[in-house]
Amino acid sequence: MKSLSLPNIFSHQILALLGVLAINWLVFPGFFDVTWKDGRLFGSLIDVINRGAPVAILAIGMTPIIATRGVDLSVGAVMAVAGAVAATFAVSGHPLVVTLAAALAIGIACGLWNGMLIAFLGIQPFVATLVLMVAGRGLAQLITEGSIVTFSDPQLIFIGTGSVLGLPMPAVIAFVLMLAAHLFVRRSAMGLFIEAIGTNRSAATYTGLRSRSLILAIYGFGGFCAGVAGIIAAADIRGADANNAGLWLELDAILAVVIGGTSLLGGRFSIPLSVLGAVIIQAMNTGILVSGFPPEFNLIVKAGVIMIILILQSARIGEVVAAFRTSRQSQGKK
Amino acid sequence: MNPRYRPLVATTIIFIVAYVICVSQYPGMWSTRVLGNFLTDNAFLGIAAVGATFVIISGGIDLSVGAVIGLTGVITAIMITRFGIHPMVVFPVVLVLAALFGAAMGAVIHFLRVPPFIVTLAGMFLARGLASVLTQDSIPIDHDFYRLVSSLYYKLPGGGRLSAIGLTMLLTFAVCGFIAHKTRFGSYVYAIGGNGVSAALMGVPVGQTTVAIYALSSFLGGLSGIVYSLYTSAGYPLAAVGIELDSIAAVVIGGTLLTGGYGFVFGTLIGVMLQGLVQTYIVFDGTLSSWWTKIAIGFLLFMFILLQNLVFNSQGPSRLRKGPA
Repeated sequence: MKSLSLPNIFSHQILALLGVLAINWLVFPGFFDVTWKDGRLFGSLIDVINRGAPVAILAIGMTPIIATRGVDLSVGAVMAVAGAVAATFAVSGHPLVVTLAAALAIGIACGLWNGMLIAFLGIQPFVATLVLMVAGRGLAQLITEGSIVTFSDPQLIFIGTGSVLGLPMPAVIAFVLMLAAHLFVRRSAMGLFIEAIGTNRSAATYTGLRSRSLILAIYGFGGFCAGVAGIIAAADIRGADANNAGLWLELDAILAVVIGGTSLLGGRFSIPLSVLGAVIIQAMNTGILVSGFPPEFNLIVKAGVIMIILILQSARIGEVVAAFRTSRQSQGKK
Repeated sequence: MNPRYRPLVATTIIFIVAYVICVSQYPGMWSTRVLGNFLTDNAFLGIAAVGATFVIISGGIDLSVGAVIGLTGVITAIMITRFGIHPMVVFPVVLVLAALFGAAMGAVIHFLRVPPFIVTLAGMFLARGLASVLTQDSIPIDHDFYRLVSSLYYKLPGGGRLSAIGLTMLLTFAVCGFIAHKTRFGSYVYAIGGNGVSAALMGVPVGQTTVAIYALSSFLGGLSGIVYSLYTSAGYPLAAVGIELDSIAAVVIGGTLLTGGYGFVFGTLIGVMLQGLVQTYIVFDGTLSSWWTKIAIGFLLFMFILLQNLVFNSQGPSRLRKGPA
């Protein structure tokens, strides 16, 4: 069991990101231009980390889930629910702290619901989270009563569009969350527990791990992250759109985690690399936009990237390459 | 009674009870007109769900069906309106293309040993992307053949209309029910879903069957796309977004086990009908808003998953349990 860590800077993911950025620079020479204006930074690069933040935050929550051989399909819908709660609370004039607490609480509650189905009722994660994925948007529409609730609370809007030290607020939140989560799992035994459950849940339970409570907590954290992303998405457009907030983002989040090298078969994960995966996805999105290609190419490029990663990660390819190497070595000896 | 049929019977009873409750509130729902519309409005979902049944019985998942529906609809529309090819020529071509697309995904799943979830996700992005590159807008199909098919129906007693596309769905269920339960390919599908390793050791051609399963799923996705284009008289790249999840829900409600190896094609029909019933009830009620559909289907899905769990855990086949914790 090899654990990936931050110092591993020349990983595939960094090279991939550099590659994507280089291509972006070739098709759009002004890609790296960053200007300082009205007390904040502007430019394509800043846009990448700003737009990529919601997926990065979802990916932070998704990483431990995938590392325990799970998956959470409901994060997009939970984003919509949290956004709807934040918007309705803001409109009815609650202070910011109450609004945020309510939105995050509903996110955590959704996550715990998923975790309960998976840990205590033994339902496969794919199916258990499908329930909330289907019903979640309905719940969000119930909260907003079918309309797009807009708000003008400047503090709440600041979370989506403000800036700290010139950097966009969503990116700052994502970075802080990533650092906190990474330090928590790597400086405590938590990371090891997650990897143990992902490798073999039965064995982990027999060694005395409270796998049920851990899995519950992991999905609760996933819900929390979806809540944060939902608040950012709502604050960004100053309104809660129950139909479109976080739509398909669960798939982007899973893709980000997979690009980050976390195995879908569990037992190996890295939160910073997942965030890097999210940044790579967003760099591709932005690259396609600035290069003047129609945005529809985005999906095709994404599909291509998934295929390349899958082929590289595939166990079978590894075997073939290994066999090829040994045969070459044995030929060399002759 | 054979305990094998318990989930199927449970689903059927729940559907009948639900229908009786609906009829007792709105007597107007007891009519062949409503039933006929049920079949017509859910035809594309039903056909896609049949494909999902095979995939899920084999222990896999296909997230690309919705995108295949969109892509085949767009290709059909372009071939008919821009190139003036007759629909009867277009349909087989489109179906073959769809089957090849699925076969490619199946090959990647089997030969590269990649989880189906990810491969079909890539397939979904690819198909949606291609459809959106071909056209951004909805392409209306104005062809005599389409008008002819849309006007075809069989008049049921009571004034209901069994339309051509509703009939296509019922035929698909009949043919695929036969394939699943009576053919060698069908038993291979169950064997792989039950336990892939033992199936391979028993001499089941796992590779060929996996490729065939995903080819069948995409083929039915293509058929569903054609039906959708007949239903709406148009090809639209964003058609049937999210249908893959509705069809998975229909399969689960129909009593098929998501771990694979167990399920019925007929159950899926009930699952589709139950979803249609929820929608029709909400239309009849008039005061409930459309989002209640999603909540109700989510609730149904949850109840059925819970039911499956209780039934199978009480019967005690240990492989269905996920570890001691």
